[in-house]
Amino acid sequence: MPAPDDRPVIDTSAPPEVPVRLVDDFTPDLIDVGAHHLCPGCGEPIAMRSIMEVLAEQGLMQRSLAVFGIGCYTAFSNNLDCEVLQALHGRAPSLATGAKRARPELVTVTVQGDGDMVNEGLQEVLHAAARGEAITCVLLNNGVFGETGGHMTATTTLGQRTKNTLEGRSSAEHGHPIQAASLVAGLDGAAYVARGAVNNAGNVAKTKRMVERAIEVQLAGAGFSFVEILTMCPTGWFIETVDAPDYLADTIGAVHVGGVLKDTLADA
Amino acid sequence: MSNQPSVTRGTLVIDVDACKGCELCIDACPPRVLEMTTHELNSRGYRYPVLFDGCTGCRACSQICPDFVFQVYKYETPMVREPSEE
Repeated sequence: MPAPDDRPVIDTSAPPEVPVRLVDDFTPDLIDVGAHHLCPGCGEPIAMRSIMEVLAEQGLMQRSLAVFGIGCYTAFSNNLDCEVLQALHGRAPSLATGAKRARPELVTVTVQGDGDMVNEGLQEVLHAAARGEAITCVLLNNGVFGETGGHMTATTTLGQRTKNTLEGRSSAEHGHPIQAASLVAGLDGAAYVARGAVNNAGNVAKTKRMVERAIEVQLAGAGFSFVEILTMCPTGWFIETVDAPDYLADTIGAVHVGGVLKDTLADA
Repeated sequence: MSNQPSVTRGTLVIDVDACKGCELCIDACPPRVLEMTTHELNSRGYRYPVLFDGCTGCRACSQICPDFVFQVYKYETPMVREPSEE
């Protein structure tokens, strides 16, 4: 209910002096520095927060390795208080495979965007999934190459306007979008596949549970786990930051539909 | 308007200068007690959120914020504010 404008503004410059319980700090344990150079309204730090919170809550901070692809989110790797390996475009699942085979005790999570994973290195993630590597791959999907100006990727949905599909992506001219999570779910080596989003607080909570489950599957050695996270890119979409959550739900979210696509550990 | 006393179960510390003004927290807040400033800007030139009575400490703002602006507290005893006399 909207309140009148004469409401008193609460002092939020310092913690209250009455007895309180801290329920959420500025940054979770594994994010060292909160400040970053990603754009206003970007969904990627929200997704990274969920992933890092899961690792911290499960006490895996000393044995976790993140393998980053190349995209805007790569800049964020400097903020993380865990080991980070930097891969070439699209190659993160292969580096993660090597790291995991050499050091099986590691909890290995890859972070890639849709341009990195689906355009530039789709075979890497598919083969890693088919081999049933005990790694967790995270796809941050915003449907555009955000870092290089907001042009179309392989996951851009039909009709979506991007810098090089100004009239909207057309199947005749640009082909159809690839649904990465659905593709991975079709492979027998994939034990857990889910698709979440970070466009509202409810979806952030659901996505965090998906990441939790994916890590659980990895720790159980049940096979390959994959979480696609739909993220906002208002800069790349050329829209206002406040409109981005609904735009995500209406365009990308309508095609790349959320939910758990596969969970063999639960089915067993 | 309502003459009910307002109950505030939680509160925030807002790192104003970390904010990039994306406004995601405004729509994310279930009790709708965050609002963007209209004229005041932070040191980076962005408008930023301010908090009113009625926070529940639900963490929706801190979980959606891309810039980690919020620290969320829950009061051990909820604060009750009687409606001011008109």
